[in-house]
Amino acid sequence: MPTTTINGHDVSVDDEGFMTVYDEWDESTGAALAEAIGIDMTDEHWAVIRFLRDDFKTQGATPTIRRVSTAGGVDTKKLFQLFPKKPAKKMAYIAGLPKPAGCV
Amino acid sequence: MKKLLILGGGTAGTITANKLRRRLPSTQWEITVVDADDNHRYQPGYLFLPFGTYKPSQVTKSRRKNLTADVPLVYGEIDMVDADDDRVLLTDGRTLDYDVLIIATGVSPRPDQTDGMLGDHWGDSVHEFYTYDGSVALAEKLRTWPGGRLVINIVEMPIKCPVAPLEFAFLADSFFRSKGMRDKVEMTYVTPLPGAFTKPIAAQAFGDTLEEKGIAVEPDFMLMEVDNDKSALVSYDEREVPFDLLVTVPLNMGADFVSRSGLGNELNLVPVDKFTQQSKAHDNIFALGDANDIPASKAGSVAHFEIDIFVDNFLEYIDGKDMTHRFDGHANCFIETGDKKAMLIDFNYDWEPLPGKYPVAGVGPMSLLKPTHLNHLGKLAFRWMYWNMLIPGRPMGLPALMSTSGKRTDLVDTPH
Repeated sequence: MPTTTINGHDVSVDDEGFMTVYDEWDESTGAALAEAIGIDMTDEHWAVIRFLRDDFKTQGATPTIRRVSTAGGVDTKKLFQLFPKKPAKKMAYIAGLPKPAGCV
Repeated sequence: MKKLLILGGGTAGTITANKLRRRLPSTQWEITVVDADDNHRYQPGYLFLPFGTYKPSQVTKSRRKNLTADVPLVYGEIDMVDADDDRVLLTDGRTLDYDVLIIATGVSPRPDQTDGMLGDHWGDSVHEFYTYDGSVALAEKLRTWPGGRLVINIVEMPIKCPVAPLEFAFLADSFFRSKGMRDKVEMTYVTPLPGAFTKPIAAQAFGDTLEEKGIAVEPDFMLMEVDNDKSALVSYDEREVPFDLLVTVPLNMGADFVSRSGLGNELNLVPVDKFTQQSKAHDNIFALGDANDIPASKAGSVAHFEIDIFVDNFLEYIDGKDMTHRFDGHANCFIETGDKKAMLIDFNYDWEPLPGKYPVAGVGPMSLLKPTHLNHLGKLAFRWMYWNMLIPGRPMGLPALMSTSGKRTDLVDTPH
């Protein structure tokens, strides 16, 4: 498993750069990851990222867009505005969570 | 007397009832199945109805007759499960008690969940083939359709039989060629996935087949609405795909009573342990087949292998022992590619579909991920096997757990 340095910390990542260890993330890491993919973080962005982090902790899986929208209360249209083009991947990337499992 | 109550008399519910009835003494366990009607549909047949390959009468049999005679079938609509009191309420006021509950009510297409889908064009230029009525209506439409832009769409994953929309595209290509009108049809495959399929090696094989057949792919398309004025699909990132005929696979959701009972996730699927299918919330509730949330295909094939493992676990469970068997997410599916050929895929939680031979390494006779006539014959023969082997719960001679033997495992670095 490769490692990389984000914001001065060594973190484990997968081949596509998604972080693989939940506890290696903190919000400063998240901010650096967001900057790397050109997302300018606002309070609305952080609310979504915090939901993803909490939900992963209780559910054990990266939430889908549908779950962020129904359980997290941020509708899909909004998610596309906040994280353009590929919200599912971008949210997970910034939140330091595994890439959402491609459904089968 | 202990009571096992099974909600749903479809593929998973019927196989489970028939298999367990043989294994549980009738002096100790009563097994009852609940369903709303007596129509057990052979759902893989819905793919063939639109092209006139199957007649409607070939896909329906009696639920009652598919269940062993000593399993009562209660007809009724489920209102909710009262998990605290171990009972199920029906909408007509009847109550059914249980010691163990199995939820096997599957998933259904929900066109009501997408804005505009049930608009003016529904049933006219907007069709689906995931219900009996839908596939019969589409057959009527295709019989006289003069051609134009045919758009095949998946709204969102997971769906029942994730390869079915691909098969529909391949068969439609053959159908229009045989009618001498393929040049009048422009076909586009619009999918929320980044490519033709979820898993990389199969996605490549299916993507190549789409390209060979002149079917365009619009990937990463998250459908926001069906715009009825423009006759177009509109995505959240504001792409538009116009159509003259849309064949969509609507959002698939579990039964509404699952969520009313507090047992479901955001798609009304029951969260379960992926190895044993035991509910995460209630020890005496299991969910089998499409109704659960395991990360496997929603397909009869998964239900079949899953129940092989489940039966052994269930016998341990009612004896108060730990469940020692582990379902691996095994599935195999034939994929019609048109011109009387089909591919075959075999995979599980850990291994994506790979090329090779099945079921015997090096010998086959089936070829994995390669279109052959023999695979097509296998697909057609499967209807007989479904009614006569699978549903009665007779052993089919296929191992429940996946084997990597005979597969090109060298094509991937790690199982995935």
